Amino acid sequence: MQKLSIDDLTKKALESRRLILKMLAEAGSGHPGGSLSAIDIVTALYFNEMKHDPKNPTWPDRDVFVLGKGHGVPAVYATLAACGYFSADECMSLRKLGSRLQGHPDRIRLPGIEASTGSLGQGLSIAQGYAMAARLDGRSSRVYCLIGDGESQEGQVWEAALSIAHHKLTNVVTILDQNKFQIDGAVKDVMSLEPVADKWKAFGFDVIDINGHDMGQIVDALGKARKNTSRPTFIIANTVKGKGVSFMENNNHWHGVSPNPDELRRALAELGGSS
Amino acid sequence: MSSAKATRASFGEALVELGNEFKNLVVLDADLSKSTKSEGFAKKYPDRFFQMGISEMNMIGVAAGLSFTGKVPFLCSFGCFLTGRFDTIRVSVGYSQANVRLVGTHAGIGIGEDGYSQMALEDIACLRTLPGMAVLQPADDVETKQMMRYLMTHQGPVYLRLTRQNLDAVSPKNYKFQFGKGVELKSGTDSVIFATGGLVGNSLKAAEALAKEGLSVGVVNIHSIKPLDEDLVLNWAKRVKHVFTAEDHNVVGGLGGAVAEAIATRGLATRLTRIGVQDTYGESGSPEALYEKHGLDTFGVARTVKSVLKN
Repeated sequence: MQKLSIDDLTKKALESRRLILKMLAEAGSGHPGGSLSAIDIVTALYFNEMKHDPKNPTWPDRDVFVLGKGHGVPAVYATLAACGYFSADECMSLRKLGSRLQGHPDRIRLPGIEASTGSLGQGLSIAQGYAMAARLDGRSSRVYCLIGDGESQEGQVWEAALSIAHHKLTNVVTILDQNKFQIDGAVKDVMSLEPVADKWKAFGFDVIDINGHDMGQIVDALGKARKNTSRPTFIIANTVKGKGVSFMENNNHWHGVSPNPDELRRALAELGGSS
Repeated sequence: MSSAKATRASFGEALVELGNEFKNLVVLDADLSKSTKSEGFAKKYPDRFFQMGISEMNMIGVAAGLSFTGKVPFLCSFGCFLTGRFDTIRVSVGYSQANVRLVGTHAGIGIGEDGYSQMALEDIACLRTLPGMAVLQPADDVETKQMMRYLMTHQGPVYLRLTRQNLDAVSPKNYKFQFGKGVELKSGTDSVIFATGGLVGNSLKAAEALAKEGLSVGVVNIHSIKPLDEDLVLNWAKRVKHVFTAEDHNVVGGLGGAVAEAIATRGLATRLTRIGVQDTYGESGSPEALYEKHGLDTFGVARTVKSVLKN
């Protein structure tokens, strides 16, 4: 895949936001808030940072992306479709019987999906496994895992953090989509993670704090992680749940509710862009 | 009869042998390599051995990730500690069709003094509910080693259940392991015991003792609990009025459960008695005392079979 410029990445993410909302509206259920908070990061990974080939999804030397917070998978479907792994039309089959686009990621059904996730906390361990295999084989493959802040309450995440640092795996990058909300409310009220940067530093990671909707900052952080061969990198991407749609932003109602036709029209009108 | 050996010891020897031949074989352990017997592999192939610490959930996920690149990971712990991380197995291994070998040692009350928290008594029941998950339990050294070689080419997730205690050899000369096939070790006309793991040897000795009392009881080694050799089970169930299962596991959902499902769903009226741990927790004690208490020793198995068949 050819690397896109910052401007083009921003345009690509806008198109994907529109597709995310359309597929969720068509599905009648799903998770817009956490898909919209993640889409800029996922776009930067697939259109700038990662080496991958939509025509050869199992290319051994590819970089690997694992979505720990599996409910945000519409962001990945929109991005994979934009890359050409499958058609944008197929996105409209999301969550329907027989679809390859399951409600949460399924690596068996859909080429391009690297891990079946959705039971929170498991993705980072799988990412670690990919990274250990690459090192063992002497492959240059890098592994990226996007986890949620709510997801970080799972103990398995911290088992993986301990282990990635212990095994000195600098070829796996952990990115936190810190949108500050989970189903039952604000993360700080449900089960605070603070001080999150200090926790990951104490576990042995180099921590980079960025605005997770600023393409320049995302690309820069991923570049820094690539050059860091001394300690594994943890990127705190500060994001807004529902980013891009005014009535969804920071409104936790939109964690797991899809837009109705009228809401979809209003959302698309706000976003602008083509189609 | 060759000297007795624990199937975990046979497993450890097989790992060392196969590691030389199969470069995609990797091993993970969670701080129990001395007990699971993966330490031999760790010493010989340190690059392909991953010490994962006491973090079984992470170990399971990492093994899944390794398998997605073509490795064949054997991840080792006590069976109870693996079963306890069931959801990670369910999603990262089962649903993901990860080509992972979950190796659970210290099966059943046969571990003895450490008591219930270290005893795998629900592992067969839990693991066999996962579609595509093979559940295997060898009965002696020869079978363990053949099974291990087979597992290097099997596709799909596998749970391998191994004993801490030594087991006498039971496999016939020229034995050849066949996945999903039961092994008839002794013929019989009155009844049959379908046994697995450590109970195979005890069932054989029990059947020999019963023969002296005029009862002709066959013994079948069920090393593949899933997939179960249903044809063989049903063949016996049609020939005799009463069949037995014998296992060091809770009878609920174990081999006893699997055989009950096979018989009942085919509409057969054959009666079944499940020898095993009768839906109770384990406790501390010597393995011998526990086997006697639960009727899993040779005398106990013979007593149960005789009391049922003579009534």
